[in-house]
Amino acid sequence: MSTTLTRAIVTADKEGRPRLLGRRGPDTPTRHGLKVRNRRETATGYTFLLPWMIGFLGLTLGPMIYSLYLAFTKYNLFTEPEFIGLDNFVRMFTEDPQYIQSVQITLVYVLIGTPIKLAAALAVAMLLNYRDRGSTFFRSSFYAPSLIGASVSVAIVWRAMFSTDGPVDNTLSFFGIEIGGWVGNVALVLPMMILLAVWQFGAPMVIFLAGLKQVPRELYEAAEVDGAGPIRKFRSVTFPMLSSVIFFNLLLELINAFQVFASAYIISNGSGGPAGMTNFYTVYLYKRGFADLQMGYAAAMAWVLVIVVAIIAAILFKTQKSWVHYAGDNR
Amino acid sequence: MSTSTSEIARPEFLEIELDQKPVERRRIKRKTINTIIWFVVLAALTAIVLYPLVWLFIATFKPSSEFGQNPGLIPDNPTIDNYFKVLEGIAGVPLWRFFANSTFIAVMAVIGTLFSSALAAYAFARVQFKGVGILFAAMIGTLLLPFHVVIIPQYIMFQKLELVDTYWPLILPKFLATEAFFVFLIVQFIRNIPRDMDEAARIDGAGHWRTFFSIILPLIKPALITSAIFTFIWTWNDFLGPLLYVNSPEQYPLPVALRLYNDQTSTSDYGATVAVSFLALLPILIFFIVFQRFLVDGVATQGLKG
Repeated sequence: MSTTLTRAIVTADKEGRPRLLGRRGPDTPTRHGLKVRNRRETATGYTFLLPWMIGFLGLTLGPMIYSLYLAFTKYNLFTEPEFIGLDNFVRMFTEDPQYIQSVQITLVYVLIGTPIKLAAALAVAMLLNYRDRGSTFFRSSFYAPSLIGASVSVAIVWRAMFSTDGPVDNTLSFFGIEIGGWVGNVALVLPMMILLAVWQFGAPMVIFLAGLKQVPRELYEAAEVDGAGPIRKFRSVTFPMLSSVIFFNLLLELINAFQVFASAYIISNGSGGPAGMTNFYTVYLYKRGFADLQMGYAAAMAWVLVIVVAIIAAILFKTQKSWVHYAGDNR
Repeated sequence: MSTSTSEIARPEFLEIELDQKPVERRRIKRKTINTIIWFVVLAALTAIVLYPLVWLFIATFKPSSEFGQNPGLIPDNPTIDNYFKVLEGIAGVPLWRFFANSTFIAVMAVIGTLFSSALAAYAFARVQFKGVGILFAAMIGTLLLPFHVVIIPQYIMFQKLELVDTYWPLILPKFLATEAFFVFLIVQFIRNIPRDMDEAARIDGAGHWRTFFSIILPLIKPALITSAIFTFIWTWNDFLGPLLYVNSPEQYPLPVALRLYNDQTSTSDYGATVAVSFLALLPILIFFIVFQRFLVDGVATQGLKG
């Protein structure tokens, strides 16, 4: 079930330890024997966990703490970090129009692109769920873009498709709409990037489809007997039954969308242009951190991103009580 | 339905049955029409979704001069010159070298991920030890963490260790289970295995290591295959990692090599760029066609992202 992850997160979040964990062994001999056994279990457990622990401490937790420290410094990789207090953050929000623009376009991309992508995913999943036979081929075809969408090859194709007199322009001019290229157009390059995200609707669609297959048919039949039309059936049966899957998809897609990098970098040749309209948060972070070697500033940017993502996750978890239903929950 | 007695209900019942046949037939007919509409809508949607890939494939046969001149899908003078041209490679490095580099990194990543994730997953799912709850929560937390917060310190660390421009920064993290998705996927899989077998093994005197190698490992093969395929594809596609850590062109994996072609397109030819783009996608597309069941079901059951 795709909801298991959400549940694991929810419960781990609330109680500090996941509910899904296996029960403790029931064999409880003497207190001393138990102690010895527990100690041996703990030793074995940490041996199994050793590679992960080294990775977690050395490549995740340690670096996180170090980058928190760097966020308050000026650092260029070659001289010692110089502590400058909150200067990086002040500079971000008051002295760096490029940063503000980068935040704006990233928010537009995330907050408009993700709902469209999920709506498309849900609509197509419902369409596929209409019939069982023959839908496997379509399911696979729709999923393919999700697998390759973040690759450099696809970014190159996308730029070609939306270039001046490219295939998209040609199709539109057939309907009398003249665009003249999306890639160089300040107003259209962001919609183009959103379309690239929406094109990858397959992954959430597959998850929705698995959720739809688990909605009991009787619920729809009961709703029909009560005279519910298709809209009412969606509102009163499909949506509540799928709400945990919607929550899961929304959380992951939002977080992923913030981290779009390769396609924007390739499409703009690393410039973030035209006029900064593809200068997404991570592209700008890369430029500041690795092209200009302003690593303290880039670390501060990264921490702002972590905080924003944490706030969005917190809001989603807070509001989920009012709209997310878990199967078997009578609340 | 009639509410009267059975006496008159009988002829009425018969009447309804007679009446029902054309209704039923009409309903079947409507269902067939619905199915046809369903099929046509989905086929149209498939055509739109797959069009960029079809375009890419056909464009590889366009001579460079036709890009920008011939906006149609079909080339006027189809040619396979693009493929011959790209075989020579770029920046003095032959094309096969980029493929070899990508394959090496991806294969090492698969080995590392399977090794470290399976071990960690077994500990989380089957061993009861102090702190497991907090550690599991931490592992889940890393799933949601934007990894950009660690790339700067990681880069500084690998730079200090003088490992920049080697494959270590790309491969080592995989041996340390940093991709929490796979740990989680295997944990879920192990939890669905009945404990009876472990317990039987325990009674026979097997410790955790024996249980892991001779009982759990063979049973989690499907989860391992799914993890392996996804690791391969994600590593093959990864752009930021090699962009940061690999500087010498002869060490480039495909995505970074593609950038060389892409940067040169204004001056040199577009046909080559398109051909290399297609060749770089080809292994993944083949993987996808062969393993689509594993991939799509993996996503469906675990909520794994593509």
